[in-house]
Amino acid sequence: MHASVRPALSVNIPPIVTSPAARETSSALSMRMTISKVNFFYASKQVLFDINLGIATNKVTSLIGPSGCGKSTLLRTLNRMYEIVRGARLEGEILLDGQNILTQDVTSYRRRVGMVFQRPNPFPKSIFDNVAYGLRINGSKTPISEAVEKSLRHAALWDEVKDHLHKSAYELSGGQQQRLCIARALAVEPEVLLLDEPCSALDPISTAKIEELLVQLKDLCTIVTVTHNMQQAARISDFTAFLLTGQLIEFSPTPQLFTTPGDPRTEAYITGRFG
Amino acid sequence: MSPRLRWRKFVSGFMLTMTGICALVAVSVLFLILGYLVYHGGASINWNFFTKLPTPVGENGGGMAIAILGSAKLLLLASLIGVPIGFFGAIYLAEFSGGTVAFIVRYAADLLNGVPSIVIGIFAFILVVHPFKHFSTLAGGFALGLMMIPITLRSTEEFLRAVPRALREAAMALGASKWKTIASVIVPAAYRGILTAILLAFARVAGETAPLLFTALGNRFWSPGWNQPTAALPEMIYRYAIAPYDDWNRQAWAAGLVLLGLILVINIVARAILSRGIAVPRS
Repeated sequence: MHASVRPALSVNIPPIVTSPAARETSSALSMRMTISKVNFFYASKQVLFDINLGIATNKVTSLIGPSGCGKSTLLRTLNRMYEIVRGARLEGEILLDGQNILTQDVTSYRRRVGMVFQRPNPFPKSIFDNVAYGLRINGSKTPISEAVEKSLRHAALWDEVKDHLHKSAYELSGGQQQRLCIARALAVEPEVLLLDEPCSALDPISTAKIEELLVQLKDLCTIVTVTHNMQQAARISDFTAFLLTGQLIEFSPTPQLFTTPGDPRTEAYITGRFG
Repeated sequence: MSPRLRWRKFVSGFMLTMTGICALVAVSVLFLILGYLVYHGGASINWNFFTKLPTPVGENGGGMAIAILGSAKLLLLASLIGVPIGFFGAIYLAEFSGGTVAFIVRYAADLLNGVPSIVIGIFAFILVVHPFKHFSTLAGGFALGLMMIPITLRSTEEFLRAVPRALREAAMALGASKWKTIASVIVPAAYRGILTAILLAFARVAGETAPLLFTALGNRFWSPGWNQPTAALPEMIYRYAIAPYDDWNRQAWAAGLVLLGLILVINIVARAILSRGIAVPRS
């Protein structure tokens, strides 16, 4: 629970994260995903400009930036969720394990890249059925109840719900619902987990639980999270990418980005001069 | 109190009273009709009413078994036509169609909904009765089915659209195909609303008389199969109510009571369905 007891930080003094993993340089890491020369358009409006980014395996990568900078759009390119928007178009190349994701079958691809959304969005089904959903539609061979228990344990929710798995998911609190959504995503054992501002609708205690959970989950999968909360990015991520008006301004190991930003715009943003 | 303030208080009280009276009238019409039906028709409702054939003129007794069975057959046919077309059409409209197509279909459905039921009857007459050269259950069910399509379609579409986008995204992000998302998340999330819509469409056509007059025609005897004219409750009410015999008039009241009772029950069931199960909370 270190995240919740940490005193509130002033935005003028960037927090210093000293996790050993974060000090490694990106060149020594294997890359789960590689984004090269990505340009993205909604109809004729370009929202991402020439993005190049590597997502390191079993690390947490945060995307930060002011509202409308394209960080959520970038996240949604990683599991091709942008395709459900009419008129959305992507140029460039995104690789997962060295394979171009754009040429793969979209439904089987999305099983490898889970997603958790801004607001908890459990299905109007029981807790059990929510977690089992992904397994059932994929015709999973593993016994479903074991997999459900495993996912709920990974999402640190099992102890709270094990006695009422067949109750409606809506009877859970907001924070529990969000952990349920994480469990639902984990059930299909994705290689990458995308989280789009997963804590923005939650109270501080629920937020702390989810942050703690994400740090634990990186042993299980590679995590990419979008956040508008800089302290959160500093607390949980190994790498941070700063985006502004659709451009990737800076991408560094988290301690470096927050202590010695290489770009004056990054510094202006993290010291709270805009955004 | 200044005259101005007194005037304002008077206007406020007057308007409150007027709106209250209008609300009361709106509610009491139903209870007046119900009370009137019970008063005139209640006595004629007995076992015979539900099981016996109509008797010849001048002979007391008899019942409306043929009309009840006829209505059941007509409504079954109507549902077989109206529900699938309305339901799947609504899925296409809510989930697949683009702006222009959806606009045209929705507009056409609204117009079809507004077509007078007697015109639907004429249409069914030309299309089904005329080629077969005789009136039939089939023609009546066809006419009622046509009327169910736009009601089912539009309300099902509304309920499908009310399912939050976040649920669609959640399912698709888990690797569900579009059809899988619809079948396993969207329709289950909206099913109570859809079922209610279907029941209300059913109740709406259950009382239709005009389209039956020259399709199902009416029949004073059992109508086996689907190819003969058949009696139906609203059609029997029409014929019995205008007949010059007291006994027939009483039976018309009773039939009205049965029909209204049926529609009330359907409405109550629809409401009960709506309040059960896991609902998607409104955000």
